[in-house]
Amino acid sequence: MSGLVIDDVSMTFELPNGGKVEALKNINLNIKEGELMSVLGPSGCGKSTLLNILAGFLAPTEGKMSLSGENIVGPSPKRGMVFQHGALFEWMDVTQNIGFGPKMKGMPKAQINEKVEELLDIVGLQDFGEKMIYEMSGGMQQRVALARCLANEPDVILMDEPLGALDALTREKMQSLVLDIWKKTGKTIILITHSVEEALLLGERLLVMAPRPGRVHKEYQLPFAELGVGQDLREVKRHPEFGQRRDEILSMIWDMEEEIMGRTETA
Amino acid sequence: MWFEIIDALFTAFWMVIGIAVIFGLFVLFSLAINYLFKLYDATRDKARGYASLKTVTFGDESSVVANRFASVASILSIFLIWCIATGSSLIPTVLAPAFTGDTQFEYTARNAAGQEASATVYVRVHSSDNKSPEKLTNAAEGNSFAKDDIILIPERRSKIVKAQNNDEGGKEEGYEVIAINGQPVERENVYPFASGEILVTKQGSLSIRPSTGRTMEALYLPPPEKVWSSFINLNKNGYQGVGLWENVFWSLFRVVIGFALGCLFGIPLGFAIGLNSWLRGWFDPIVEVMRPVPPLALIPLVIIWFGIGEQGKISLLFLAALWIMIIAARAGVSGVSISKVHAAYSLGASKRQLLTKVILPNSLPEIFTGARVAMGVCWGTVVAAELVAAEKGAGKMIIAASKFQLTDIVIIGIIIIGVIGLGIDVLMRMAETKLVPWKGKG
Repeated sequence: MSGLVIDDVSMTFELPNGGKVEALKNINLNIKEGELMSVLGPSGCGKSTLLNILAGFLAPTEGKMSLSGENIVGPSPKRGMVFQHGALFEWMDVTQNIGFGPKMKGMPKAQINEKVEELLDIVGLQDFGEKMIYEMSGGMQQRVALARCLANEPDVILMDEPLGALDALTREKMQSLVLDIWKKTGKTIILITHSVEEALLLGERLLVMAPRPGRVHKEYQLPFAELGVGQDLREVKRHPEFGQRRDEILSMIWDMEEEIMGRTETA
Repeated sequence: MWFEIIDALFTAFWMVIGIAVIFGLFVLFSLAINYLFKLYDATRDKARGYASLKTVTFGDESSVVANRFASVASILSIFLIWCIATGSSLIPTVLAPAFTGDTQFEYTARNAAGQEASATVYVRVHSSDNKSPEKLTNAAEGNSFAKDDIILIPERRSKIVKAQNNDEGGKEEGYEVIAINGQPVERENVYPFASGEILVTKQGSLSIRPSTGRTMEALYLPPPEKVWSSFINLNKNGYQGVGLWENVFWSLFRVVIGFALGCLFGIPLGFAIGLNSWLRGWFDPIVEVMRPVPPLALIPLVIIWFGIGEQGKISLLFLAALWIMIIAARAGVSGVSISKVHAAYSLGASKRQLLTKVILPNSLPEIFTGARVAMGVCWGTVVAAELVAAEKGAGKMIIAASKFQLTDIVIIGIIIIGVIGLGIDVLMRMAETKLVPWKGKG
C-alpha cells in the first residue's frame, strides 16, 4: 500500500507522580501520496506527539505506522521535518545547510551544488547561498529549513508549526511558498499549526484534534489549498465558505478550551 | 580561640577603614580628573550617532562603554601615586624624603665630679644603595673630658651612640648626658634635632634616629625608575643565572603542555558524559568532587607523587585544566537543542556524523569559554606551583627574589605575570571570534 498509514496508534505514558497521560488514543489515518494535510487543535491535544511519532522520534505504545508499506521504527530521510525555529546549523552557511542531507548520503559535491542552486531558486534565496544563518531574518531561515528538507527528496514532509514564530506579513508569503512547493513537488505534507486560517489555507484535508485523550475530533476536505496555489491568499480568504468554516472550527476549539478549563476548575 | 577570632575581626575592621581611605582617595582623584575631562569634553565635536540621542543611559547597559580616556588617566594616576609615595626622582619632591647626608649635634655631659662639658656628635646617614659608605674622618677631639663622636647610620635606621665610651670618666657613677644642643634632657625621652630625633635610653645612651621622611622604604615599594633599571638589568643578565624570558618561557611551556593534555582527555570525556547515561553515572562523582578542589590544594600530593620536576608541574596543570574542559564539553553537548539533533537524524545522519557534524561544532562556543577559563586557571596554578618548588619559571623567580628582599624583581615578576595572563586571554578571545563567529548570535 502506498501513502502513510496510521493504524490504531495510541500513546500512553506514566508521569513521575504515578499519573497516566493518554497523549493519543486510537488514531487511524490513511494519508494518500501527495496529500496536503493540516492538523489543528488546542494545546495538549497530542498533535505534536503525533508528528514526532510519524517522524520516528517517539515510539507509540500501541498500533503501528507505515510509509509505502514500510514500518516506521525510527527517524529516516524519507520523512523530512521542518521545525518551528528552523533548527538550522549556525556553523554552516546556507549552501552547506541545504546540502547537509545529500552530503550525509555521500552524494558527489558537484551534484550537491547543483541541487542546492535549484532549491535556492525554489525558495527564493538565489543570492543568499554564501550567507551565514545568523545573518538572516526568521522568515529567510525558514526558507532555508524548507530547502534543506526538500534537498533530501523525502516522501513526506512533516512541518511542526513552521510559520508560528514569523510575523504576519512574512507568514503570508511563506504560506504561498508552502502551497507552491506542494504543487511543484507533489510531496505529501503534514502541517501542524495553531492558526485556524493557516490550517484552512494549507489543508486539502484538515484534522481537528481534541485533548484528553488526544484524538481526532473532526475531519474536513477543503478546496482552499487548491484554489490558493499561485493566487493571492487574501482572495481565498474572501471565499464565503472560508469564513463559515473558520467560525465553525473556532467555536469548536473554543468549546474544547472551555471544557478543559471547566475540568481543571472542578478538579 | 575566641581571642584570636576577635583579634582577626578587629584586624578586618581596621582593614576596612584603611581600604576605604585608600580607595576613597583613588576615587576622589578619579572624580577630579573626570571634572577636568568634562570641561575638555564640552569643547569637543561629538559623534551624533544613535547612542548620543538616548536620554535614558543610567541603567541601559548597552550605553555604557569604557571611557578610554579614563583608562589611560587611571594608569597614569596609579603611576603618579607610585612616584609620589616612593619619592621617585621622575617627579619633583612631594613628600619629604628620608634624610641622608651629614649632620651633627652637641651634647652636654656632667661627670662624677659635677663638672659640665660639651662635645659634638658627627653623624653621616648614608643611602641604602651605597654598599661601602665612607666614615667621617674630620672629627676633632674635644678639649675637655667630653670627646667628640663619629657615627655612620644607614638610611632609615637608628643607631645608639654611647657618648660615655670615649669620654673621660664616662664609666664612672654619676656621669650623665644632661643636654642636647643646649636643651636639658632626661632618660627615656625623645628630643628632636636638626635631622631627626634622639632618644635618651634607659641606660643614658643616645639613640639617634635620622628622619625617615614620608616616603615609602624601597624594601616595601621601590620607585619606578629603580624597578625599570632592574628590569633592564634583568633582561640583560637574568636572575640567579636564568634569563627573565627563559623563566617566562618555562612557565608558559608548562601551561601549554598541561592545558593541551587537559583538552586531549577532558573534551572526549565531557562528550562521553554528555552522551551516555552509564558513563555520566560513572564519572559524575569523580568530576563533581574534583571540580571544586582548587588545583593549589593538589600541590602537596603532586609533590609527594611526582616530586618537584616537570612531571609534577605538568600533572598539576593537566588536573587543573581537565575538570574545566570536561564540564565545558559536557555543557556543550547539553547545549545542542533537541530539534537540531532530530533534524540531523531525519536528514539521514548517522550517529558518527551527528557527533562530528552537529554536536562537535555546536559545542565549540562552550568549549572555547571553558578553554579561556582553563588557561587562566593554569596560568595562576603554574605560578603558584613554581612558588612552592621549581628550578625555573616566573613564580620561582619572584619567590627567590623575595627571599633576598629584592622587591623590584618581585614587582617586575608580578607585572609580567599579569600582562602575560591578559595576553593569553586576549589571544583566546581572538581565536574565539575567528573560529566561532556564530557565538551569541543564535
